[in-house]
Amino acid sequence: MPELIEGSLAVAEAVRLCRPQVIAAYPITPQTHIVEALAEMVANGKLDADYITVESEFSALSACLGASAAGSRTYSATTSQGLALMFEVCFNVAGMRFPVVMTIANRALGAPLSIWNDQQDSISLRDSGWLQFYAEDNQEATDLHYIAYRVCEDPSVLLPAFVCFDGFILSHTYEPVEQLAQVDVDKFLPKFTPKERLDAADPISFGMFASPDYYMEFRYAHDKALKDSKAIIEKAGKEFAKLFGRDYSALIEGYHLKDAETVLVAMGSICGTTKDAIDEMRAEGKKVGLLKIRVFRPFPTEELAKALAGAKRVAVLDKNISLGSKGAVALEVKDALYGSGIPVYGYILGLGGRDVRKKDIKEIVTLAEKGQIDQFYGLRKEVL
Amino acid sequence: MALAVGCRARPGKARDNKTGSWRVFKPVFDHEKCSQCGTCKTICPEGCISESADAVFTPDYTYCKGCGLCAQECPAEAIEMKQEEK
Repeated sequence: MPELIEGSLAVAEAVRLCRPQVIAAYPITPQTHIVEALAEMVANGKLDADYITVESEFSALSACLGASAAGSRTYSATTSQGLALMFEVCFNVAGMRFPVVMTIANRALGAPLSIWNDQQDSISLRDSGWLQFYAEDNQEATDLHYIAYRVCEDPSVLLPAFVCFDGFILSHTYEPVEQLAQVDVDKFLPKFTPKERLDAADPISFGMFASPDYYMEFRYAHDKALKDSKAIIEKAGKEFAKLFGRDYSALIEGYHLKDAETVLVAMGSICGTTKDAIDEMRAEGKKVGLLKIRVFRPFPTEELAKALAGAKRVAVLDKNISLGSKGAVALEVKDALYGSGIPVYGYILGLGGRDVRKKDIKEIVTLAEKGQIDQFYGLRKEVL
Repeated sequence: MALAVGCRARPGKARDNKTGSWRVFKPVFDHEKCSQCGTCKTICPEGCISESADAVFTPDYTYCKGCGLCAQECPAEAIEMKQEEK
């Protein structure tokens, strides 16, 4: 029975059901509601976990790193500048292969200061070696936490994950969300029992020095583990679908893809708006489809090339920009379609909380049909 | 050394790093000049100079990085740093 609940609180409840043993986080808008709710659960005895209050995001993730090294299931959540402050620790957590799961309530990065949504924060850490999941709605945001822990703690993966959902647009929105029962979660997500952990009786060090003779091989092994996690995501997704009826086994999802001439590619909550716009365009006889990317890391290059093979043109919606270049998703889609002859147009939109409406999606389809790449879509030319 | 996931290591694992490959200059010991004071063994940051029962000091070139501290500090000037021929 779905419950009408705020996105952040739904995520907090899912995290509680995942039984994290250590939570360390620092409040930052729009993520705060999640960790506030978890702190309350710990204080009220509803969640048996150590909640470490810290003085910064750098310390929050460092505490998670240590706790994970000691063999605990750990959790944190952050966004924007908070994630930026975690930059160094992010690479260490991933390189030491600790399965920390962290929710990112996606928000723009300053300066200029903005508390509103885009996906620049997590996208900017795309090279850090974490898995990156992007949720379209709060049900998916909630469910992806179970999938993330299950995949990350798999002995063949042992990598951390971001579960990203759009700040405010999802985090502060009330939607019906179906929560799982503890007994079912326990079946899907068994206790975390790492083979190696910090133990004074059996000493071990993590993330040791690697000379030039070894460093490259470590990077190769890390990259391979991340790419190979695709199979584990698929397996976990299928099992989740069998148990709970919602299928997250594919890294990408199509909407009216089959006969689509123009295919939009997007991540996160914008996919919902895009689907509505597609319904209206389809009613007008326009053959438009959507390819939603749920897993951005590992990037579904082959899956995407296969799914887009029949398209006449592809329009990528990027809520981020690699300044001085292009939107990060557009670049990856171009790479996936290299040599196919299918034109890929990139559009930067929705930065810093700028609304994206159905009419914008339709306008972008028209631009793509004309072969126009408008890198920044919807600029207010009168202020430039 | 086979790679350990996450570069994890048990105590003593640093022995696997054969730091001798870093060396550009090699310390060559002249045992005739050596006064057997043991300064070289004490000062070696790699701890790779060993002392035999009759006080003959020998570096382990598998680990000697060629830093030259032993040659610099030897009061008898019995250690010479010579360019490696590789």
